[in-house]
Amino acid sequence: MAGGTEMKGLAAGRPAFAVVRRFAAFLGSLLLTFLGLTAVTFGIGRFIPVDPVLAVVGDHATRAVYDKTYLAMGLDRPVPVQYLIYLRKLVSGDFGQSVMTSRPVLSDLMQFFPATFELATIATLIGVIIGVPAGVTAGALKGRWPDHLVRIVGLFGYSMPVFWLGLVGLFVFYGKLGWVSGPGRLDVAYDDIVTSRTGIILVDSLIEGEWAVFRNAIAHLILPAGILGYFSLAYIARMTRSFMIEQLSQEYVVAARVKGRSFWGAVWHHAFPNIMVALITVIGLSYASLLEGAVLTETVFAWPGLGLYITHSLFNADMNAVLGGTLMVGAVFIGVNLLCDLLYKIFDPRLRTQ
Amino acid sequence: MLKYLKYAFFAGVLVALAPVATAETPTDTLVIAKNIDDIITLDPAEAYELTGIEVVTNMYDRIMRFEPTDINKLVPGVAESYAASDDGKTITFKIRKGMTFASGNPVTAADAAYSLQRVVKLDKTPAFLITQLGWSKDNVDQMVTAPDADTLKITITEDFSPSLVLSLMSSVVASVVDMQTVKAHEVDGDMGYAWLKSNSAGSGAYTLKAWKANDSVVLEANPSYRGGLPAMKRVVIKHVPEPAAQRLQIEKGDIDIARDLTGDQVAGIAGNKDIVVNTIPQATLYYVGLNLKFKPFQDVRVRQAMHYLVDYDGMVNSFLKGSMKVHQSFWPSGFWASLDENMYTFDPAKAKALLAEAGYPDGFAVELDAQNSSPGANIAQSIQSTMAQGGIKVTIIPAEQKTLLTKYRARQHQMLLVYWGPDYMDPHTNADSFARNPDNSDSPKSKPLAWRNSWDIPEITKMTDAAVRERDTAKREQMYKDLQKKVMEEGPFIIMFQDTKQVAERANVKNFVMGPSADVVYFNLTTK
Repeated sequence: MAGGTEMKGLAAGRPAFAVVRRFAAFLGSLLLTFLGLTAVTFGIGRFIPVDPVLAVVGDHATRAVYDKTYLAMGLDRPVPVQYLIYLRKLVSGDFGQSVMTSRPVLSDLMQFFPATFELATIATLIGVIIGVPAGVTAGALKGRWPDHLVRIVGLFGYSMPVFWLGLVGLFVFYGKLGWVSGPGRLDVAYDDIVTSRTGIILVDSLIEGEWAVFRNAIAHLILPAGILGYFSLAYIARMTRSFMIEQLSQEYVVAARVKGRSFWGAVWHHAFPNIMVALITVIGLSYASLLEGAVLTETVFAWPGLGLYITHSLFNADMNAVLGGTLMVGAVFIGVNLLCDLLYKIFDPRLRTQ
Repeated sequence: MLKYLKYAFFAGVLVALAPVATAETPTDTLVIAKNIDDIITLDPAEAYELTGIEVVTNMYDRIMRFEPTDINKLVPGVAESYAASDDGKTITFKIRKGMTFASGNPVTAADAAYSLQRVVKLDKTPAFLITQLGWSKDNVDQMVTAPDADTLKITITEDFSPSLVLSLMSSVVASVVDMQTVKAHEVDGDMGYAWLKSNSAGSGAYTLKAWKANDSVVLEANPSYRGGLPAMKRVVIKHVPEPAAQRLQIEKGDIDIARDLTGDQVAGIAGNKDIVVNTIPQATLYYVGLNLKFKPFQDVRVRQAMHYLVDYDGMVNSFLKGSMKVHQSFWPSGFWASLDENMYTFDPAKAKALLAEAGYPDGFAVELDAQNSSPGANIAQSIQSTMAQGGIKVTIIPAEQKTLLTKYRARQHQMLLVYWGPDYMDPHTNADSFARNPDNSDSPKSKPLAWRNSWDIPEITKMTDAAVRERDTAKREQMYKDLQKKVMEEGPFIIMFQDTKQVAERANVKNFVMGPSADVVYFNLTTK
């Protein structure tokens, strides 16, 4: 009993120690996550029935070239040894060389991720800015026409194949109406005007004050971001709606109304703050999944992003690139989770004291 | 806060929707949309992917070449003349005078010799093109020499016809690199390998400005090119993987040339006066390999019966319209020594008779490995349905291309549908694979297509070896025609189609030169 109180006193008396311990636990779980990620991906990569040497040397190479490459890639060693070698290099920051681009995987990721980041961020903004108010309205007016409208629009967004929607969008808004620019990130005339600092063209062009480039980038971005944003909107609106319905059935809402709060006042000032935490989780998940890269959208819009890179590497058994990409996606998920944790504390006063 | 964000967002949308979508490409820039995800390097000693070779073709001059002004005639390139010794083992090239690389360095015989030696010493995928002449790391410095600045001397140890050697000197590995520039970028004795992957050091029409994987290749005109400064100062090859997007772009005029349109998209733009579509026969063959490890295929009558159970014309007139033509011999039509008479048509009755003779009156069940995407998947389905009419029950096993090749190279298939493209413009390249199998054991030195289908052919292998040695051109041509006929009659290959490319160009684009292979795609004569 006495020991127990002592322990408690120790922890309370040294908050710095608690912080260190929590940080260590966090690092530990982070390490485990990455270890698991690499192990599974590495395993899959080695056991799929594709010869990774073929991706490097091609089908017409002679036996001698083939054998030399086979040895150079270290494929003669047992798989666990190959894995350990990979880990050792990873620790020193060496992600290896990509077969498909002949460059270090790390510089590939630095090139492809910003394109995906740009797209995913704008898409999520669209999803949040339209999806949340739509979901709140639908939930508040359950069973009336705005609710039906939001549900129909949401259902449509949920069930349309993105590939098809992308092509139709291109056909109508680019081909017929000419409101937006076509596939790619910039028109040829605007290439190479701004130097790449962040890789995010919107940001780079703003830094240099190149408005023409900025506008052209927006014209290219708006359609793919709009389409991804629509999917994200459909999901966010649907979840917001059900959170809202649940909150509005709570007694505190009735109490607020009885005290004289207007209906919309009760919705926005009493119910809405209470769904924030759940909402952040939903938005975070949707954002993270977009940051993985949307292969089909990237294909249709010739968008040089992460999804296309990982998929193409996978088809060619380019395992360094696939592993690097997977780690990147893992890091993104963890990053978004951390961001959500931070936001919880801002929006939920109960969590602040911890 | 939310409200302001919303306004800011809509303002952004309005800015975007203002008519900024320019639909004209700059007048001195050629914009090509193409799937370029096959490029893994732009070093002429290593590039062996179609897009990579095409880009290298435009950045480097070769010892021998097919000039853009006449892509059917093999002529000296960096060399201005050549002479073969009496025994045919030594060829002496005279290098053109007064040429310079894009760097300003003069083009000399030493550069040409260094370029060939570099290929052999680096020993990357396309090195076999010239190592088959008997060159190795140890002897190449003696076999390839530059006695003076204008003279390049090459000696071969193998018994090859000089016409074949000259063809090889026009392949991608005979691109002449700027020795001084490459050496300046050497790291740890790598002969500039790391640097040249994504840089250029040539005397061709263009230099490389940038290659961004899965994004674009940008070329800039080389003012010192011996063919004169190209009209297009810049060539941008944009990675557009989706053909439907390419179609929209060419309709809008955002690109000048679309390279990957499908048959129905070409049909869709047929009435458009602003777009011209050219159809160009290519050298790639689509065929089905019949593995003799599968017992029924050991009988030549069964192999012939299988040939009669494919609806060649039916496919070419429907889903392959515009993208393939029927061709059944192993050397594509349009090239020297090709055999253009096809032997087989769709004839189930004949097939049934042959199968009954061979002891399979009720047919048999067999697996067909095929690519899981178009056109392989569609061809496989057609084959499945027509073979059923002869009593052959085909099960299709779809797979991704690399998986397919892995299985093929291990001889684990029964039937396998795949394609084959020649390595250079001499029939030996295909004869060497379709009609030569010196070692049918399970671990041979090389894995030619005959080996992959377990076709043990000592006699035909001798015929192929004799053809490559023959120095009388007319005789040599006849030998290849005989070989093609023999393989068509007895071989384990149902060769069905030769592909054709359809290229859509804006009507103002003139003289985009495109031949049957990536070695003859030229940008430098193009105007618009």
